[in-house]
Amino acid sequence: MKQAGGWLWRLSLANLLFLYGPIAVLILFSFNASRLSATWQGWSLHWYRALWADQSLLAAAANSLWVATVSTILALLLGVGLAVGLEGVPGRRQRQIEQAMLIPLVIPEVMMGVSLLLFFVLLHISLSLTTVMIGHALFNVPVVMIIVRARIRKLDPRLLEVAADLGASYWDALRYVTIPLLRPAILGAGLMAFTISLDDFIVTFFTAGPGATTLPLKVYSMIKSGMSPEINALSALFVVVSMGLIGLSLFLQRR
Amino acid sequence: MRTKGIGLFLCLLLFLFCGNTACQRAPGDAGQRTLHYFTWSDYVGPELLAEFERRHGVRVVVDTFSSNEELLAKLQGGATGYDVTVPSDFMAAIMIQQGLVAELDPTTLSNAATLEDHLQRLPFDPTHRYAIPYLWGTVGIGYDSAVVSTPPDSWAVLWDPRYKGKISMLNDQREVFGAVLRSMGASMNTKDPALIEAAKARLLVQKPLVKAYASDHYDQLLASGDVVLAHGWGGPVARAMMDRPTIRYVVPKEGGTLWADCLVVLKSSPRKELAMQFINYLLEPHVAAHTAERLLFASANKAARPFVPARILTNPAIYPPIDLLPRLEWMTDVGEALRIYDRAWTELKMH
Repeated sequence: MKQAGGWLWRLSLANLLFLYGPIAVLILFSFNASRLSATWQGWSLHWYRALWADQSLLAAAANSLWVATVSTILALLLGVGLAVGLEGVPGRRQRQIEQAMLIPLVIPEVMMGVSLLLFFVLLHISLSLTTVMIGHALFNVPVVMIIVRARIRKLDPRLLEVAADLGASYWDALRYVTIPLLRPAILGAGLMAFTISLDDFIVTFFTAGPGATTLPLKVYSMIKSGMSPEINALSALFVVVSMGLIGLSLFLQRR
Repeated sequence: MRTKGIGLFLCLLLFLFCGNTACQRAPGDAGQRTLHYFTWSDYVGPELLAEFERRHGVRVVVDTFSSNEELLAKLQGGATGYDVTVPSDFMAAIMIQQGLVAELDPTTLSNAATLEDHLQRLPFDPTHRYAIPYLWGTVGIGYDSAVVSTPPDSWAVLWDPRYKGKISMLNDQREVFGAVLRSMGASMNTKDPALIEAAKARLLVQKPLVKAYASDHYDQLLASGDVVLAHGWGGPVARAMMDRPTIRYVVPKEGGTLWADCLVVLKSSPRKELAMQFINYLLEPHVAAHTAERLLFASANKAARPFVPARILTNPAIYPPIDLLPRLEWMTDVGEALRIYDRAWTELKMH
């Protein structure tokens, strides 16, 4: 028994190392004084300072945050509405709609990117930051829906009946009972959507137009002009922010 | 509730970045004229952009791509709104063929009059109707003179078993085949299947010696000593020299590629006049000299030479010596033969 435990323990450790090892190396080398990623020349914050002075990177960061904020709000409006509205749909139809909504999660992202691009071109919508936001909202709606649906299933349906008995209209019940109870899930879903949008490369790649270079796109093109630890520093910040948001999201959903 | 704190945190994040970049994305900045420059990452100094913005009272927004193919895909996919972009010579040829590029107005482009002699007539655009060369250079061999003690003068050094596991080649099929074909005394633009097949056989022999097929980070490999011979563009080799002064650069006697990245105005650009003024600005002698110094690639404008520091001007990795020119060759479209190259390249990589 003890031996089996030790074995499992080691396996889990190896697993964690596999997952976080590369990220740890990435972050470690963002503090490297040398320009070369292969040699260690001592600690330095030089690359973080260079990052802060790089206007094109900061503009890309501003783009990313702007896209993430707007697309999250869009996804929340649509996703929460969908999740709540589905409650009123009878059994089988409800499941069918729910499953249909999962499609954006399962089709390859490349296909989603290409189809969005074709869609925009067909409608003569010129690519810009707005098209990126729409694209991100598209894949975030199902994320929001799943998280909020999970919470709704745990709600006691009698609460709404009580509200109705006490004279609350449908909208009153929604506003004073359902939404407050769903708040942790909504916030959690919002943070999750925000993070996914912040990290997205593929859909952004296809839908970005002039003036819409986001951070992941910028990092990718930077690799071409020579890997510099500036990329490490930037990625390290990204990892920390993303992990923080995901942690916060999980924490909120558990409450 | 903790939720207020989270909202505050997110707002803070947003403001932090917006504050620093004057929130360029905020709606309502459409009043000013904006020029969209689609280019390689880090291809233009921010202070040079600022000067152009000041002079013309416009805003320049820079977007970046990472390869010629990505640029083409983006434009073919229907992206509009970009004004000026910088394809490499062979891609400029393709873009001209596909009608993606607008005709230039020579009267606006006064600085194009002083181009380097050999760039006056581009093979795919002899009269600069569509494209103006911006930066140019060669493909050769970067080597560490501390290890490779006899300076190599032939591509054959890349087949020397003494340097097994210490050689890097570009991850670019035309360039790799180009080097071998030149070493065989053939043109790098050959369409002869037998020659391409022979080149593949030579590359298969070389493969066990090659540490990596790398186009992006061979400067790092050279500088860190992971490789001592690198097939590549001059600029990154010059960058490696800054970290390891024993690095040298040579274009083998059999000859190599001559390349130029070209400035073009896109046909879909809504501001062609301003776009051409921007191109002319990038070619201004002091601007061009500054760019050459920053990127370690030679400027196409000969008039920039007096403003380029001597250490840049005399570095053969950056400014190819003029006597080298007869041995250099432009890479041109090989048409149907590209499929033979494709297959040979795949076979090489799979082997």
